[in-house]
Amino acid sequence: MHRYTKWTLIREILVIIASVIILLPFWILISTSLKTTEQVLTTSAFAPPQTPTLDNFVQLLSPTGSQSGNVYQGLFSSLLITISTVLVLIALSSAAAYVFARSTRKLSNRVFRIFLIAIVLPTQLGVLPLYIGARSLGLVGNPWGMVIIYTAMTMPFAVFLYSGFFRRLPRDYEEAATLDGATRFQIFSRVIFPLMGPATGTVAILSGLLVWNDFFTAVIFLNGSPFMTLPVVVYNYVGSLVSQWNLSFAVVLIAMAPVLAFYIFAQKKLMQGYAGGIKS
Amino acid sequence: MTITNGRTVPSGTDKEQQHPEAPRRPSGVGFGRWWWALPAVALTLVVTYMSTAFGAFFAFTDWTGLGDFNFVGVDNFIQVFQDPALLGSVRNTLFLAGGFVVFTNILGLLFALALNRTLKTRFLLRALIFMPVVLSSVAVSFIWKFIFAFDGPLNQALEAVGLGQFKQDWLANPALALWCVLAVMVWQSIGFVMVIYLAGLATVPVELEEAAALDGAGIWQIFRSITLPTIQPSVAIATVLTLIQGLSVFDQVLTLTGGGPGDATQTLATQIYTQTFLYGAFGLGAAAALVLTVFILILALIQQFTVRDRANIGD
Repeated sequence: MHRYTKWTLIREILVIIASVIILLPFWILISTSLKTTEQVLTTSAFAPPQTPTLDNFVQLLSPTGSQSGNVYQGLFSSLLITISTVLVLIALSSAAAYVFARSTRKLSNRVFRIFLIAIVLPTQLGVLPLYIGARSLGLVGNPWGMVIIYTAMTMPFAVFLYSGFFRRLPRDYEEAATLDGATRFQIFSRVIFPLMGPATGTVAILSGLLVWNDFFTAVIFLNGSPFMTLPVVVYNYVGSLVSQWNLSFAVVLIAMAPVLAFYIFAQKKLMQGYAGGIKS
Repeated sequence: MTITNGRTVPSGTDKEQQHPEAPRRPSGVGFGRWWWALPAVALTLVVTYMSTAFGAFFAFTDWTGLGDFNFVGVDNFIQVFQDPALLGSVRNTLFLAGGFVVFTNILGLLFALALNRTLKTRFLLRALIFMPVVLSSVAVSFIWKFIFAFDGPLNQALEAVGLGQFKQDWLANPALALWCVLAVMVWQSIGFVMVIYLAGLATVPVELEEAAALDGAGIWQIFRSITLPTIQPSVAIATVLTLIQGLSVFDQVLTLTGGGPGDATQTLATQIYTQTFLYGAFGLGAAAALVLTVFILILALIQQFTVRDRANIGD
């Protein structure tokens, strides 16, 4: 049944054709970003650029370009907010999940339920009072305010995922380390946490992508501030261009580039992260 | 989750009693301190719970986000379900969520089945089909905005195959704009659903399929009586996750149409944004958000039950 037959070949060709159709938008994205404004108007969108030009990228990225400030600043904000959130999230969620996973008290099970319920609470309802609260604290348009909000948004799922991993870990590790005279903090940071590589990877990937790509919260809290993340920068910039698709697509590609580069190296890990993070 | 050391332990019971053979547990083994969990708990309570509770509270007021407010009872909710624009956004949200579930699951399952085994290019194609999932939906929506434009690729393709009479500005047509938004949502999430189904298909016993094939069962028969029952849990998870994702759609709408033409593509999430942050109708926005929250909570409850059922079957 699973031998490669003539019919398998036909099936393979059909699937490849379907995949090419699905991936056509990426071809249009790349070829259009390498065209001049005139070429976009005069040539077919499916045709490759006759004389590929990097002018659009130069215009966006050269320090003298009118938009380069926004692009670099968007890149900087996105990196700053995403990396800080992932680091804070991993530190806080792993410590909390460890306590819940190892505690035998009834209370800890009840507190753990706080996270389980929070997983399904949508952000849309809380975001309005959060905005008012952040505004009165001066945290609107502030990258650290965003780190707090994003950390809280991703916390329930991270605690849930970590605690599953901790529970599967035998207690022998702690017992051996205690006999060796390690303190509680040393046991956690030097023995237990390093064993959590797969969990930490999944939490980092899923939360990192969620924060990097988030638009709803970012446009509410950061729009108009000097700390707009890439989705907001792209939204504002492309919205200001009237049908200059070559320039629009150059900025879209620049915004996608970091994640695409990461994806090329870690696509397997990323797909596993999505499938595994959902299943557990 | 209740498996410790390979043995099943009912959660919440004293683990010590379940380890009769555990040798001389050293006293004072360090399992962390309870206050290590405090920052995570406090953050979740303040940012998630408190703000959600306040949001639900303001749904019953006429607050504008500044100054005083009055209680208006359920007036905001009556407006959500009576005002044509707001009611339209409820309808659009349900249409998008429903269509999103149906199309992503059919296409995702088809690709998962096609790329499960045998094909030589399966790993490459999986990676390519999954790629849009990790990208910003604002960024990919702009590609599609061009595709749907009057002088864009879709019309060029139609003209090339002799269907020039259908040429139009797709996103400006109130009857079609919502379908365009749906197409972009589905396109970006096929890979996401495919990965869930691939994980499910990995648990289908190959020997059983082969035995059935030897006994003369057709492809459709094998799918219906062996494959589908085995991947039932994946179907449940994929359906609920896409439904929740579809209900809160925001990025694609704002990027592709901005809610227009007219209010033809407004959804609950874009209304929450528009009413609150553009019009200052804080109470009304909160009411729309509460409606969305209730939709999602109902779904989450349903998922809880399906997952529990799965646990009972002994997965």
